[in-house]
Amino acid sequence: MATLVSLQSRLPLIDCQYYYRNRTVDGYRKKEYKAAVKIQSWFRGCRVRAYIRYLNKMMTVIQKWWRGYLGRKHYRQMVKTAYLTMKMNFYNEMAVRIQKRWRGFKIRKYCFNYYYLKEYLRAISDTNQAIREALEEFAEMRGREKKKADLEKEEKRKQNQARKTHYLLSTKQIPGIYNSPFRDPDPMEFEIRKVRAFQMPSAAHQIQQTDYEDLSTWLACTSKRSFPRSDILPPINRKQCQGPFRDIAEVLQQRYKPLQPTLRVATSINSEKDAREELRREEWNNRVHDNVFLPFSSFSKNEKYVPMVQTSTKYNGISYAQKQFQEEEPTKWMSNKGKIIYPVLERVLGKS
Amino acid sequence: MSQRQVLQVFEQYQKARTQFVQMVAELATRPQNIETLQNAGVMSLLRPLLLDVVPTIQQTAALALGRLANYNDDLAEAVVKGDILPQLVYSLAEQNRFYKKAAAFVLRAVGKHSPQLAQAIVDCGALDTLVVCLEDFDPGVKEASAWALGYIARHNGELSQAVVDAGAVPLLVLCIQEPEIALKRIAASALSDISKHSPELAQTVVDAGAIAHLAQMILNLDAKLKRQVLSALSQIAKHSVDLAEMVVEAEIFPVVLTCLKDKDEYVKKNASTLIREIAKHTPELSQLIVNAGGVAAVIDCIGSCKGNIRLPGIMMLGYVAAHSENLAMAVIISKGVPQLAICLSEESEDHIKAAAAWALGQIGRHTPEHARAVAVTNALPILLSLYMSQDSSEDLQIKSKKAIKNILQKCTYLPALEPFLYDAPPNILKHVVGQFSKVLPHDSKARRLFVTSGGLKKVQEIKAEPGSLLQEYINNINNCYPEEIVRYYSPGYSETLLQRVDSYQPLV
Repeated sequence: MATLVSLQSRLPLIDCQYYYRNRTVDGYRKKEYKAAVKIQSWFRGCRVRAYIRYLNKMMTVIQKWWRGYLGRKHYRQMVKTAYLTMKMNFYNEMAVRIQKRWRGFKIRKYCFNYYYLKEYLRAISDTNQAIREALEEFAEMRGREKKKADLEKEEKRKQNQARKTHYLLSTKQIPGIYNSPFRDPDPMEFEIRKVRAFQMPSAAHQIQQTDYEDLSTWLACTSKRSFPRSDILPPINRKQCQGPFRDIAEVLQQRYKPLQPTLRVATSINSEKDAREELRREEWNNRVHDNVFLPFSSFSKNEKYVPMVQTSTKYNGISYAQKQFQEEEPTKWMSNKGKIIYPVLERVLGKS
Repeated sequence: MSQRQVLQVFEQYQKARTQFVQMVAELATRPQNIETLQNAGVMSLLRPLLLDVVPTIQQTAALALGRLANYNDDLAEAVVKGDILPQLVYSLAEQNRFYKKAAAFVLRAVGKHSPQLAQAIVDCGALDTLVVCLEDFDPGVKEASAWALGYIARHNGELSQAVVDAGAVPLLVLCIQEPEIALKRIAASALSDISKHSPELAQTVVDAGAIAHLAQMILNLDAKLKRQVLSALSQIAKHSVDLAEMVVEAEIFPVVLTCLKDKDEYVKKNASTLIREIAKHTPELSQLIVNAGGVAAVIDCIGSCKGNIRLPGIMMLGYVAAHSENLAMAVIISKGVPQLAICLSEESEDHIKAAAAWALGQIGRHTPEHARAVAVTNALPILLSLYMSQDSSEDLQIKSKKAIKNILQKCTYLPALEPFLYDAPPNILKHVVGQFSKVLPHDSKARRLFVTSGGLKKVQEIKAEPGSLLQEYINNINNCYPEEIVRYYSPGYSETLLQRVDSYQPLV
């Protein structure tokens, strides 16, 4: 029963408590509600954050692995490239070395060989030296020859002079002008003594120069050793020598009989030509003018071929045997003097 | 009158004619009589005597006419106008050798004066008759007709072509082989006159086989013959490379070099002309000449002559050096440059000096070695003075300027360049300073020398527009030296120093 009483004592309070509880609870409802919301949101937030953290961690792991993979791949690529570049550089280096050597060699050997050029220039200067010496020698030789020739000419001239003035030679009585008694004799004196005299062309020489045309001065006997001729005739009244001598006149006549050449010998070899020349000159003298008589220009132009009798056919023309001596075209020579021509009528009446 | 008296009249007349024509011929040998003869109307009197009956009178009349026509061209024209030529040509074919000689003499005397007169001779058909005379037995006739043909062919190409068309060339080549020296001379001179005008004519002469005979005659002793032969060969060789090669193939080297030592001046001149004509075509021909020692011979020849005789030799050196630098080096080691410098300073004629200047320029323009060889002989100041002097001809000035420029652009021999700093005009100064600016940065001894010789001072005094090439060179030079030295040598430095003295406060 006590509990009942306690419960009944609490009964009036229930209303108020109920009302009070509900009212206070409403008061706290908002707060509690907000607190609950806060707690829940916080918790939800925590949960989500934990999830996101978890996701992030997973993502990091994936990305870490992926980036590692990429990096390693890149690294491998870089290593390869670096290796290739190193190799290429090496090759280039070596190629440069080879080319350097080769180009130097080529230029020095084929394009510009310095030592060859030096050799060449030395050879040129040697040749020059040799040529200069040779030319000097040559010039000297020429000079000597010329001097010798000059000396010889001088010698000859002196000799010639000495020969021409041979009469100045000194005799025992009369000393010549080159042999003065007060001095040493002049060298010219010795020269004159040495040479032989210069003779004027002799008579025999002169006979050869006579005109060959004039045969009447020749002797029948033409030997040089015979019968000298002089201008002085022998005296007329010479007493005949005693002895069996022939008459002098007869003998002289026989001896100095002139040459009596035949006509053939006496005419000169050019006589025919000379005669022709003379005739031509005479004719030229007598001519009135020099114009040559020219024939009619068309006289020999239109010569027709006259075949032989044996080879003439009716197609190749009339041979001489068949030639007519009458005029073939009589109308050619007829003029139409006196005939009046009416050209219009001619055309009208037709060509008649 | 008796026949004898009649004949005596004719004889007197003939004697008078003979005397007249002989006296006229004799008087015509002296120049002072010819004026008087011309005024007395000798032409109209001589003309009928050419047609005289007596052959001696004809010949003497022709001889007199020839001598008169030889004297001057008025008389030669009078001969042409007087219609004497056709008669001469006609009788040239017929008469004896004395008349032929005299008639050929007249034709030669008329033809030598001018191309118109020579054309008149060709027009009256003389060429065929002259060529026929070339076949005559008498060497005097051949000589006279070859001489006439040579004089006609001398004037111009058309007349030469006419002579060649008349068939003269093979006969002239035959004449060259004759034993008479005078005939050889004249034939060689005629061939030379024919071949000088054009390559085709020279080719015609070569085709007739002239080169071999001409080359053989170089060894002959007669000086005048050698002159003509060398002249003929050089006229042939000058036209083209092929002709020059044919001349060389006739083995003229080294025989031609002996002609360079001949006593006769004109033989030397013609020989150096021949070598020049061969050397100028290609480097290979020049090389051939150098290898045969020709350069040394030519240099000696230049040294032994004076005046115009030297000119072909100088030009030959220039042509050889122009082809390549190896050949120029060959000229240098043959001691050519001192000789050329002597020519440049000694000669009085401008054209020879111009040739020497050109040759030096060709030698020195290749490399610094060559330029140094030229500069060492002190030729550059001479060239500068020739360029600057007012009485040099324009050609000489142009050539010396070009030579100076070419040599300076390669010259690194500073002692020779220094005098140029002082006297040169601005356009040359630019090149000189440029050369200094190229050399000084690399050579310390040269820098020292430059300062001590006063060159740096002079460079500072040069006024140049800023930005021009000259200023750039000057800057380059200044950069080679420390600043104090440059300032020391710059003009007006002493004034600035004194100003500093004036404005200085002494330390008490």
